[in-house]
Amino acid sequence: MSLGRDRLVELLHQMWRIRYFEREVIRVYQRGLVRASTHTYVGEEAIAVGACAALRSDDWITSTHRGHGHIIARGAELEPMMAEILGRANGTCKGKGGSMHIADLELGILGANGIVGGSLGIAAGAAFTSQLLGDGRVTLAFFGDGGLHQGIFHESASLAGLWKLPVIFLCENNRFAEFTRAEIVLPIPFAQLHERARAYGLEGVSVDGNDVFAVHDVVAAARERAASGEGATLIVAHSYRLEGHNIGDPETYRTKEEVAEARANDPIPRFAARLIEEGVLDEDEAARIEQEERKRAAEAVQYAMSSPEPDLQELLSDVYV
Amino acid sequence: MSTSDVTASGIRTLSYRDALNEALHEEMDRDPATFVIGEDVGRHGGVLQVTKGLRERFGPGRVRDTPISEAGIVGVGVGAALTGSRPIVEIMYIDFTLLAADQIVNQAAKARYMFGGKARVPLVIRTQGGAGRGNAAQHSQSLEAFYAHIPGLVVVQPSTPADAKGLLKSAIRDDNPTIFIEHKLLYNTNGPVPEGEHLVPLGEADVKRLGSDVTVIATSRQVVFALEAAQQLAAEGISVEVVDPRTIRPLDIDAIVLSVRKTGRVVVVNEAARTGGLTSEIAARIMDEAFWYLDAPVVRVAAADVPIPYSEALELEAIPGTADIVAGVRRVLTEEP
Repeated sequence: MSLGRDRLVELLHQMWRIRYFEREVIRVYQRGLVRASTHTYVGEEAIAVGACAALRSDDWITSTHRGHGHIIARGAELEPMMAEILGRANGTCKGKGGSMHIADLELGILGANGIVGGSLGIAAGAAFTSQLLGDGRVTLAFFGDGGLHQGIFHESASLAGLWKLPVIFLCENNRFAEFTRAEIVLPIPFAQLHERARAYGLEGVSVDGNDVFAVHDVVAAARERAASGEGATLIVAHSYRLEGHNIGDPETYRTKEEVAEARANDPIPRFAARLIEEGVLDEDEAARIEQEERKRAAEAVQYAMSSPEPDLQELLSDVYV
Repeated sequence: MSTSDVTASGIRTLSYRDALNEALHEEMDRDPATFVIGEDVGRHGGVLQVTKGLRERFGPGRVRDTPISEAGIVGVGVGAALTGSRPIVEIMYIDFTLLAADQIVNQAAKARYMFGGKARVPLVIRTQGGAGRGNAAQHSQSLEAFYAHIPGLVVVQPSTPADAKGLLKSAIRDDNPTIFIEHKLLYNTNGPVPEGEHLVPLGEADVKRLGSDVTVIATSRQVVFALEAAQQLAAEGISVEVVDPRTIRPLDIDAIVLSVRKTGRVVVVNEAARTGGLTSEIAARIMDEAFWYLDAPVVRVAAADVPIPYSEALELEAIPGTADIVAGVRRVLTEEP
């Protein structure tokens, strides 16, 4: 990993930012302020943060229904995101999209997506634009192990391989497809998932998704490969979804012991410990960063709560250009 | 253009196919952000030869053959459109667009609204619809009402070569996702087509024949039958006005109401299965906006509520034709106010 001290510190900030944002989302949800099913990224922060750290500022990303982490790692402000989740006028999408449709094209975010695998074709298309323009941009598509089963994965990977599109398909294996253990519905073991790449003429690589450094490095290599015209890469990042599928999921498909065991491999303390060990920061600084982000997330809730409801005139706008 | 017949006025006779091909050439020449992808569209020039010559002219980067992969093709179109391109994708039959329904309905149509107006999806999906060629149930549907039901989509159905050219050029320049439905039995029809910059605005109906007794509203190939019916009825002294909406969504209801106010009697014709089809929507809109101008209930002429059959005899029985429209006009004229 070729990142300097300031960047590494910023990455720790981002990880805590995602974690505390999601904690606040859970809280506002439990207070009955969120209208619909909401999916948190708790436990998978190292993937979004490591991957986005390897991208250029004008690269594109596509995201998923579990998208808050990707969007924060890409640099989005928390206030409009929280306002969007509460359906308010100052939300990222004026309250029209909600948690599953947050997008910010100026930050290169082509949208979270409520359809599993739904943004894989879009990612291939964004890469197509870059290939036509020769603008050097790369598109990174976050998607889940559930998305690997969708037909659009097959078709998008196939087109990306055929045309050597500058795209990275980053599969987050968080071990669960909604309320079903991923291994129950996968025809091959986790360790072989990335080998599917060969069938499409893509490079395939597997990585520890709880290790920011490792994720950064494989994405940086995939980015280099994509930008230089060598083609697309399928990365499978193995992690663990520490919260349920959605907030309120009774989690009957796993034991508390299993989750506790997974928490021992929580990517954030792990990253902080590594930074301390390498002398990038000390324990006090690490604790300060955590507190700062806790506060920032709470402020986002304040902002969102004081944000007005959308004007009813907004109902009919934005359907057509 | 093999069928061209250049006249001094700049209006030639062209086939519907060649008019579409000319529109593609002109728009790709005009805007480097356009590209064409689809099955057989490059080297082969398209199964209908609509994209003939484009690959030679604009190169293999902008005109690409794809695998048989409708969801992927449209998905690439959506993503490219969101990022500044103007993709023109071909889906060989409208029946196959259902393989890409998520990309069209959940992604392309909704991106702008879901994202609070920050996105544009200037995507054109060219496809062929309609029955009449013995292609049977999975290659003969008329799904215009299905797509017109989706807020965010523009749905276009040209009935003449001139409209084919002018509407396609407008659709390519438009910033909304457009389902551009050509009719499989119109590609070989000929008609006058202006040279060069000929744009037909989206959302604007055209009166294909003026009349005073009955308004026939028809789309796509049914316009041809409606004009034949009007011709036959004229011999009996019945004056039929033929209105072609050309764009299904947004629908030019003002033009329809204007004609209804004049005639007071309406026949709505559509090649799709009757239930939940375009005739239902247009009849309902007339009820909403022109009921008090009617002298008789609206008559609907539509296909039977069956999958399109293969047998020629059965297919002809299933879909409307000139005789059905003539019968519909007679029916609407016999109703007393």
